[in-house]
Amino acid sequence: MESTLLVDLSRAQFALTAMYHWLFVPLTLGLSFIVAIMESLYVKTGNEEWKKITKFWMTLFAINFAIGLATGIIMEFEFGTNWSNYSWIVGDIFGAPLAIEGIMAFFMESTFFAVMFFGWNKVSKKMHLLSTWLVAIGSNLSALWILVANGWMQNPVGMEFNVDTARFEMKNFWDVLFNPNAVSKFLHTIASGYVMGALFVIGISAWFLLKRREILFAKRSMIVAASFGLLTSLFLVFSGDESAYQVAQNQPTKLAAMEGLYDGHSRAGIVALGQLNPDKQIGDNQEEFLWSLEVPYALSFLGYRNINAFVPGMDDLVFGNEELGIESAQSKIEKGKVALDALKEYKNAKKEGNLIAATTNLQTFRDNECYLGYGYLDDPKSIIPPIGLTFYSFHIMVGLGGWFVALFFFVLYFSMIGKIEDKKLLLNAALFSIPLGYVAGEAGWIVAEVGRQPWAIQGMLPTGIATSSVDETAVMITLSLFAIIFTALLIAEIKIMLKQIKIGPQGESHV
Amino acid sequence: MNILRKIFYFYIDGFKNMGVGKKLWLIIGVKFFIFFVVMKLLFFPNILQTQFTTDEQRADYVIENLVKER
Repeated sequence: MESTLLVDLSRAQFALTAMYHWLFVPLTLGLSFIVAIMESLYVKTGNEEWKKITKFWMTLFAINFAIGLATGIIMEFEFGTNWSNYSWIVGDIFGAPLAIEGIMAFFMESTFFAVMFFGWNKVSKKMHLLSTWLVAIGSNLSALWILVANGWMQNPVGMEFNVDTARFEMKNFWDVLFNPNAVSKFLHTIASGYVMGALFVIGISAWFLLKRREILFAKRSMIVAASFGLLTSLFLVFSGDESAYQVAQNQPTKLAAMEGLYDGHSRAGIVALGQLNPDKQIGDNQEEFLWSLEVPYALSFLGYRNINAFVPGMDDLVFGNEELGIESAQSKIEKGKVALDALKEYKNAKKEGNLIAATTNLQTFRDNECYLGYGYLDDPKSIIPPIGLTFYSFHIMVGLGGWFVALFFFVLYFSMIGKIEDKKLLLNAALFSIPLGYVAGEAGWIVAEVGRQPWAIQGMLPTGIATSSVDETAVMITLSLFAIIFTALLIAEIKIMLKQIKIGPQGESHV
Repeated sequence: MNILRKIFYFYIDGFKNMGVGKKLWLIIGVKFFIFFVVMKLLFFPNILQTQFTTDEQRADYVIENLVKER
């Protein structure tokens, strides 16, 4: 395994680029659909006010899209340089989805973007509307392929490890595409983007109402965004439940960390609020929480659809639980080392032309292959992800998700009864909820990615082995450069966006 | 031919009449230069592509990394 500093720097660099990338993506996903709905209303009613509304939000969509464009490509650079082992090993699995993503994004978005922005009064209303919808659908389909790849890392299915090419090879494309982790992750992620888009529109509309500007524009925008936001935030809760169910099935250590569950038990409750005991260690008898509020039975039910189900805690997963058939991490580590030794001996036997030894070792490898990643670990406790970061990120995400449902409900209610402009507190809450949407989205990714440590590919490849042997100083330099460049881009986005918002929908609306 | 002309002028008119889009294209240009020229060429070589010539060599290198003593 590479030095801890190199692995940490490579992870920090990837996390920085991914988190900055995710500042731009969710708004693209959500705002594209909101704009398409607004334009549909324009085409249906012929009311010019809807056209003005559509063009204003379309301009903000363009700013976000342009600034965020290609920030994701940096991660592909990093795969080749900082994660070359990983990149090679997964190349056969990721090649197809990422190629489809690239082609689809390029052709759909570049073609229909032009019509969407340059086509007002030049193509028919229906053609323009179709283009707007296709941009929205295309953006969301791009996300599908990336999330299929990510879902596979969380739950590697439909593949076999080729011992001669050192690659996971795809055996069944449909298993990879319809991997339950990928499906739930895709739905949950795009739903979070829709909620972000709705929060953005509501927050800025609230600002106009607080300033007593563009009243009709703001109220109409709010009704569309609050309706869209309420529906999608409820779907976010539903897809989040399915996501957590998949985590319970395939990544029990992540679930235990999300809930701060050390000692597993039946009829387990969910900690709605709580403070982890910082002195608590795996296997000791200290209390898990300094204080907590628990919803009884909920974790058993949500994780296993049965209120009596046993939910394994971190102690069970590290030390094993014979009574319940849970294998200890030590046992998995030993089997992983057998797999690694067999792989090594297989390669040696092939080099020497000893086919009998090669066949025997290959069989031993296959028998223990599913423990491969554990062979790189020495300490059974290292299967546990960072508990504090995973637990608090999860609870921040869930708490904010609940707040967004309530916010959309009240904004929609007061908008429908025509009293929204009098509700100053609610309007201020809507305005200040824009950054909260970003906080929730980033927290969700922290749960997904920090929570699956120590694995780059669940159970098969630890992060430390996935890292390239590169110069630590080079990684430090690029990490700093990315921090500077992305921060500059973020500042540019905020400045251009604020200027355009202040101009308002009455101003020049050409992109 | 007429259609190609129409498409050509569609884009030309679109670019001519851009407002905030001009600033956005400038940012996109600068960003692409930094990402694809500066960063990619100076800091992000594809290690396996540059150090080895065949897939077999690349596979051997990765296998060595996977099974080396730790």
